[in-house]
Amino acid sequence: MQLTKEKLLVPELSNDKLIDLYKQMWQIRLFDEKVDEFFAKGMIHGTTHLAVGQEASAAGVCALLTLEDKITSTHRGHGHCIAKGATADKMMAELFGRTTGYCKGKGGSMHIADVDMGNLGANGIVAGGIPLAVGSALTAKMKKLDYVTVCFFGDGATNEGSFHEAVNLAAIWDLPVIFVCENNQYGMSGPVKEMTRVENIADRAHAYGIPGVVADGNDIIEMINVTDEAIKRARSGKGPTLIEAKTYRWKGHSKSDAKKYRTREEEQEWRKKDPIKRYKEILIEAGILTEEKAEEIRLAVKQEIEDAVKFAEESPKPTLDDLLTDVYA
Amino acid sequence: MMREITYLEAVREAMSIEMRKNDDVYILGEDIGVYGGAFGVTRGMIEEFGPERIRNTPISEAGIAGAAVGSALTGMRPILELQFSDFITIALDQMVNQAAKIRYMYGGKGKVPMVLRTPSGSGTGAAAQHSQSLEAWVAHIPGLKVVQPSTAYDAKGLLKAAMDDENPVIFYEHKLLYKTSSAVPEEEYSIPLGKADIKREGTDVTIVATAIMVHKSLEAAKELEKEGISVEVIDPRTIVPLDEETIVNSVKKTGKVIVVHEAVKRGGIGGEIASMIAESEAFDYLDAPIKRLGGASSPIPYNPELEKAHVPQVSDIIKAVKETLNRA
Ligand SMILES: Cc1ncc(C[n+]2csc(CCOP(=O)(O)OP(=O)(O)O)c2C)c(N)n1
Ligand SMILES: [Mg+2]
Repeated sequence: MQLTKEKLLVPELSNDKLIDLYKQMWQIRLFDEKVDEFFAKGMIHGTTHLAVGQEASAAGVCALLTLEDKITSTHRGHGHCIAKGATADKMMAELFGRTTGYCKGKGGSMHIADVDMGNLGANGIVAGGIPLAVGSALTAKMKKLDYVTVCFFGDGATNEGSFHEAVNLAAIWDLPVIFVCENNQYGMSGPVKEMTRVENIADRAHAYGIPGVVADGNDIIEMINVTDEAIKRARSGKGPTLIEAKTYRWKGHSKSDAKKYRTREEEQEWRKKDPIKRYKEILIEAGILTEEKAEEIRLAVKQEIEDAVKFAEESPKPTLDDLLTDVYA
Repeated sequence: MMREITYLEAVREAMSIEMRKNDDVYILGEDIGVYGGAFGVTRGMIEEFGPERIRNTPISEAGIAGAAVGSALTGMRPILELQFSDFITIALDQMVNQAAKIRYMYGGKGKVPMVLRTPSGSGTGAAAQHSQSLEAWVAHIPGLKVVQPSTAYDAKGLLKAAMDDENPVIFYEHKLLYKTSSAVPEEEYSIPLGKADIKREGTDVTIVATAIMVHKSLEAAKELEKEGISVEVIDPRTIVPLDEETIVNSVKKTGKVIVVHEAVKRGGIGGEIASMIAESEAFDYLDAPIKRLGGASSPIPYNPELEKAHVPQVSDIIKAVKETLNRA
């Protein structure tokens, strides 16, 4: 479908779905902005990693997934979670440490999982989810199920042995997994340019004999298109693809970060590539959305997040008996 | 009066003094450059020593641990900062199968003088994968030494000894102690590995406590003093080597002992300390069973109340002391 003169959307998606994705990007952004506010006020303990500015990759990649498909996520995982169908109320309750949270208050920001919806979990261990995704894809292959597994990770994670070992396994076994590297230019403070000698993370695919694709991670349409191809490849038994989404995190790495390793100018440059604004402009030009409707959507999401906070605040806390439950199955 | 600095500053100061004197000493680790390390320990060091000696590494724990071992084997004296001690799982092959065994396997040839510094412990809300205390794992491995300072003063002196040691030393820094202060001399000094410190003298009961539990035990001792109970608190400071003599002598004096650590009780170092006491001549002096306090047998939960309930608190220590006294 030709959305605008420049933008061709390869898979068939309804206008409603396209508007839904717009809403979802706001859900991701406003959820994280709310969390940011709570951390700044000291209302939530622990730490958190926000994906503000990276909404297009989560939403775009998950746009084509079915309920049966699976994802593995990272420490910066709220967006992936929402894109895979999680709701803000149970996520917020988790951050508040309440029993109604996705992990009954035992996991917190870095461990939100929603296994029923195919979200195998965020991960506090950098690259920890990559071999898990390969295992999930192995199950699909061995049980002849046709779900695919999307594996999200950062640029920094690709310097872990786990990444290399797991991608090689997926390659030699032709597993239905899609590796999505969200290259936000830094692994904590480590600039990707100093931490690797390759131009693109996607180039690493060649070492394992699988396709590597570079995409504009702030362009949801491009993310949908490249994922479409990777999913087709995976579902038809041809094996994995490595997609690199070039993007940027607007906020600091975690709750305390003076951001000394990058310049304010660089941050401003990337803010100009705001993925939500760009998508809105495409939708408006395509006649699918209006400014008024867009604002309505944003305000509705804002209310949704407020409601989620209320739900979280009113939810019960675990009791001390819960300490020892769920250790074993 | 001697100046006070924080535990974090004490660690930094020990490294800086050493690095000014010895070009073979360098630090490698994730985000230790301009970021200053996840907890700020190396802040300012890249400005003084430059990026060659403050090596900001990719996120590659297996690789950087092995690189530290290999460079130690060939004449450098690396300090590896592992961002969280939980990630030792990834570095462990190099530490356990290489660093710990190289000298022995090679028939006494070669040595691996390195320090792996790493923050451990819960209490920050960082949940199951960023809060563990896994020191018993490494204490189990002959060839490794294991240090757990509880004060700024100890941290500086023990780190000096660790850096001077010709063997791989795992140096645990407790996250909640980083901001605590004590009087620390400006000049360099060394506290020998294997020398416990009696943090408080007492006559009724001995508490052997490690890391942050030293402070909780001291608090408990203060409370108990009000009730006329005199508690001796011993901080082994290094669990390998372990100063058995100081512990045994104290138990002979008090006849009662409680071992307290934050790490999960099951399989924790407390079991080793208790067994050592039971096997020693102090056994005949025991008036009550040895008691152990440690973390619950679950991963560390996120919820703050549950997180607290996971590890021994002052009230648990007070209760344990009273139970022990009642059984005497
Ligand atoms: C094994 C491991 N090493 C280090 C860390 C600490 N840490 C957490 S996130 C992070 C940076 C990860 O960078 P990247 O993979 O690019 O993801 P991003 O944070 O940029 O989304 C680091 C070093 C960790 N959690 N796990
Ligand atoms: Mg990154």
